Amino acid sequence: MPKDHGIGASQKRREDVRFLTGAGNYTDDINVHGQAYVHFLRSDLAHGKINNIDTSAAEGMPGVVRIFTGKDFEGVGGLPCGWQVTDKHGEPMKEPAHPVLAQGKVRHVGDPIAAVVADSLEQARTAAEAIVLDIDELPAVVDMAKALEAGSTKVHDDLADNLCYDWQFGTDTETTDAAFKNAAHVTTLELVNNRLVANPMEPRVAVGDYSRANDEHTLYTTSQNPHVIRLLMGAFVLGIPEHKLRVVAPDVGGGFGTKIFHYAEEAFCTFAAKACNRPVKWTSTRSEAFMSDAHGRDHVTKIELALDKDNNFIGVRTDTLANMGAYLSTFSSSVPTWLHGTLMAGNYKTPAVQVNVKAVFTNTVPVDAYRGAGRPEATFQLERVIDKAARELGVDPMQLRRQNFITSFPYETPVAVAYDTGDYHATMDKMEELMDIPGFAARRAESEKNGKLRGLGINCFIEACGIAPSNLVGQLGARAGLYDAATVRVNATGSISVMVGAHSHGQGHETVFPQVVAEMLGIDESMVDIVHGDTSKIPFGMGTYGSRSLAVCGSAMVRATEKIINKAKKIAGHLLEASDSDIELKDGQFTVAGTDKSVAWGDVTLAAYVPHNYPLEDIEPGLEETAFYDPANFTYPAGAYACEVEVDPDTGKVTIEKFVSADDFGNVVNPMIVEGQVHGGIAQGIGQALLENCAYDENGQLLSASYMDYAMPRADDIPHMASYVVDHSCQTPCTHNPLGVKGCGEAGAIGSPPTVVNAVIDALHSGGHTHVNHIDMPVSPSRVWAAINGQ
Amino acid sequence: MYSFDIQRPTSIADAVAALSTDEALPLGGGQTLIPTLKQRLSAPSVLVSLGAIAEIKGVCTGDDGALCIGGGTTHATVAKEAASSYPALAALAGNIGDPAVRNRGTIGGSLANNDPSACYPAAALASGATIVTNTRSIAADDYFQGMFATALNEGEIITEVRFPVPEKAAYMKFEQPASRFALVGVFVAKYADGVRVAVTGASEDGVFRWTEAEAALSSNFSADAVPAAPSGDGMISDLHGSGAYRAHLIAVMTKRAVAAAG
Ligand SMILES: Cc1cc2nc3c(=O)[nH]c(=O)nc-3n(C[C@H](O)[C@H](O)[C@H](O)COP(=O)(O)OP(=O)(O)OC[C@H]3O[C@@H](n4cnc5c(N)ncnc54)[C@H](O)[C@@H]3O)c2cc1C
Repeated sequence: MPKDHGIGASQKRREDVRFLTGAGNYTDDINVHGQAYVHFLRSDLAHGKINNIDTSAAEGMPGVVRIFTGKDFEGVGGLPCGWQVTDKHGEPMKEPAHPVLAQGKVRHVGDPIAAVVADSLEQARTAAEAIVLDIDELPAVVDMAKALEAGSTKVHDDLADNLCYDWQFGTDTETTDAAFKNAAHVTTLELVNNRLVANPMEPRVAVGDYSRANDEHTLYTTSQNPHVIRLLMGAFVLGIPEHKLRVVAPDVGGGFGTKIFHYAEEAFCTFAAKACNRPVKWTSTRSEAFMSDAHGRDHVTKIELALDKDNNFIGVRTDTLANMGAYLSTFSSSVPTWLHGTLMAGNYKTPAVQVNVKAVFTNTVPVDAYRGAGRPEATFQLERVIDKAARELGVDPMQLRRQNFITSFPYETPVAVAYDTGDYHATMDKMEELMDIPGFAARRAESEKNGKLRGLGINCFIEACGIAPSNLVGQLGARAGLYDAATVRVNATGSISVMVGAHSHGQGHETVFPQVVAEMLGIDESMVDIVHGDTSKIPFGMGTYGSRSLAVCGSAMVRATEKIINKAKKIAGHLLEASDSDIELKDGQFTVAGTDKSVAWGDVTLAAYVPHNYPLEDIEPGLEETAFYDPANFTYPAGAYACEVEVDPDTGKVTIEKFVSADDFGNVVNPMIVEGQVHGGIAQGIGQALLENCAYDENGQLLSASYMDYAMPRADDIPHMASYVVDHSCQTPCTHNPLGVKGCGEAGAIGSPPTVVNAVIDALHSGGHTHVNHIDMPVSPSRVWAAINGQ
Repeated sequence: MYSFDIQRPTSIADAVAALSTDEALPLGGGQTLIPTLKQRLSAPSVLVSLGAIAEIKGVCTGDDGALCIGGGTTHATVAKEAASSYPALAALAGNIGDPAVRNRGTIGGSLANNDPSACYPAAALASGATIVTNTRSIAADDYFQGMFATALNEGEIITEVRFPVPEKAAYMKFEQPASRFALVGVFVAKYADGVRVAVTGASEDGVFRWTEAEAALSSNFSADAVPAAPSGDGMISDLHGSGAYRAHLIAVMTKRAVAAAG
């Protein structure tokens, strides 16, 4: 019998009532009395030298409150990067200034040049058209390889070149070279991990407010981590102490990573609210989102896999160019390094793994974390090269993987992480069972009858989630801790508010977190609510990304709840005239062990706040506890995915016919929500594999600047539910957090792209197109057709 | 959006009068025009909504057997009301955009806009339709004049489109993955006096007739008779496919259209 409450129950998402009835409170729903509106005049050139910005005509236009340019931000800090990477020569990465409004140059299409604050948005737009720009266009640097050529135009004139860092990691060169020298077979693959635009349903919004009366700033913003924004913006950009700055991220309509970062528009609205003494609101249009939200991925990689004569993996070597865009976004530097290099061992016991990454500045929108962040890039290259190796060697791709699996834990990889637990054969077994691999031949024959090619693709992956142990990431260059925090406030009558540092923007925390607390206390879930998204209400936690909410913040919540239980037992012991060590808590009742003497949860909580009969000499009144939790290690969710595609060889169109995921997330608190997370992740992975392509032309113009050209996955691009199975029954609980959970938010987006591409290549080979070893994503109809026809 | 005045005439005559104002534009379903206005790419002083003119709405069969569709008729209405008389046309209309687009967008707006990737132009050209305006009747062969260009004069309104109903017809649309407009769409219509094949989405000159295929299919209406793909020269080349790919798809879609027409 599935549980109907507490940990393990598929509770319906309580937040959906407001989301689905239009009763959510999103940032754009927030309107502060007297607010003005800002329109950003953005660069339509990829690269240019600003000679002059003449705002004189625009200043006098109707409704204009004030016009700001880069000059107004001289003396104000630039947008900081939160992670310093040290390159292979021991040098710190290059960190060019990232002004709130462009200073001296524009460096990508969408770079904000001026900001017009006016009584209405239309007035702001109209006035912006009257700003006269004198900008000399400069040649744009778009292609990463060209950007690194000697003599290339520089994105930042004060740097020596366009190289941000040259990073090397893992096994030393001598050992790695030796592995390749001893190899019986080496498989090499060059590939692109395509640039993506996250496209959350809700575009970004910022509302800045300022109170002269008490010198207090408030920023309402679409953020995944309000405390991080408060710290970065307050301390590094605007110089506002925390107690004078409140950051509120109310309901947020999806983030996918792109709402982690501190953006210019947030700093601008906060700054301008004080400068204009008026609330200032900005709502991104979808077009602006395409050119101002941080993009994702954009790696160009060469990967080599060395195998011995028995097909054991003996070495992996990678060479990656990672696009940073024009400026360093908040966590950009960490994505191609610590979130990518550390995963290059995958699920395999390869003894030598060396990762090389050059991060490059180009005249494009900054690139940063997007669902999976670094781990999809690692998985894609590794699982593609393994598939290619299997084909070259004529061996079964599943067998080749199995033979090389890590099977004993804990396992120290050559790339600095220690997997605590896992069972990769178990997920592979599960995947094989659900996929009905023996039935594939018949399904292929059926497709061929209809003139279609059918392919089977499989893939294994591992990710490092539950981000992150602070002491470890500190050594790696992180400029912030990555613990989290929770305050459990028990009210007098026993209801509970849990203030959490995690932020829910689609994950379902409001449902899941109470399931845990209610289970621990044996009370009804309806008595527990969580509070999140407001720095004035919640403890200093680090927000939601990296599949960390339950593993890190949930652990803090467990610790705080344990403190509550300890204290409540003391109160109960007093009320029951027994020693607190004899008190047991079960189903919301405190009982003296071995007796029928008991007192209810609500009696104890009332006593805490109405302490008439209370051990005041021993403990304080009240029942509220806070815990900060810093994880001892990452968590390592892993899985095996498979999919079947049909390729129409006449048009090149790929359709996904069947998809199976077998994930190991450790313990699962709400199976329905986990399945939803995986469904969504796989949909995004299918989007990356088949559809999404953020493309620039050689002049740095964004070609896919709207949904007319940027293809998002839609319902009919995803297989029908009946042939779309997400399984999480293989569970090796995390060994180092109290819930034994690993995190499930990114798995789908990490595991699915190579699965799909492997399947397409398999299909093409079955049709005799054996010259096609790789097609870069998105594997669009035209690319498949071109590959088949050698074009 | 810049500000503008809006008028809602209830007759063609009033609409024409309203459109005589400088910088006035007719508004059909607004599915193309409103986004353009929002982006401030167009700045009419007056929008003359055609939505309240009953005489340009609806689907009927004329005395000559032609299917007559009012210029203000929505795609959804055509999908429903032409289903028995001209199924290929109804199917085309029923696969434009999404329900919101189909319930607002009109055949007149689509033909006036003549987007090189739009569907209706292929149907009109392959059917040898007549585009009727407030002043004249224009043969489809004379009407389409290249990407976004038509024979319409300023202030001229499409009031009706007359489609001779073919013996057999089908439209095959290969969707551009993002917009789901036609990357290549081919409308094949077989009449007693010959076959017409119109191609949308592919050419830099907008919708066109593939005359080689028409000749071949007129003597043998079977998929096998479809000639080899035309040259990719002059075909649109963009993020979603090269000219050569589009040219290739023309032949594939033509074959599939012929097969579907039966
Ligand atoms: C999401 C989306 C998907 C779409 N997908 C497709 C698709 O797959 N295939 C496809 O073919 N189209 C597609 N369209 C376009 C759609 O069919 C539009 O409805 C059509 O192009 C314009 O028709 P409208 O009535 O909305 O015209 P409007 O947008 O109102 O007007 C368009 C132009 O025509 C003029 N005009 C309007 N009516 C008349 C008239 N009766 N006489 C003279 N001039 C007139 C206007 O002044 C304007 O210049 C899509 C649109 C959207 C928004």
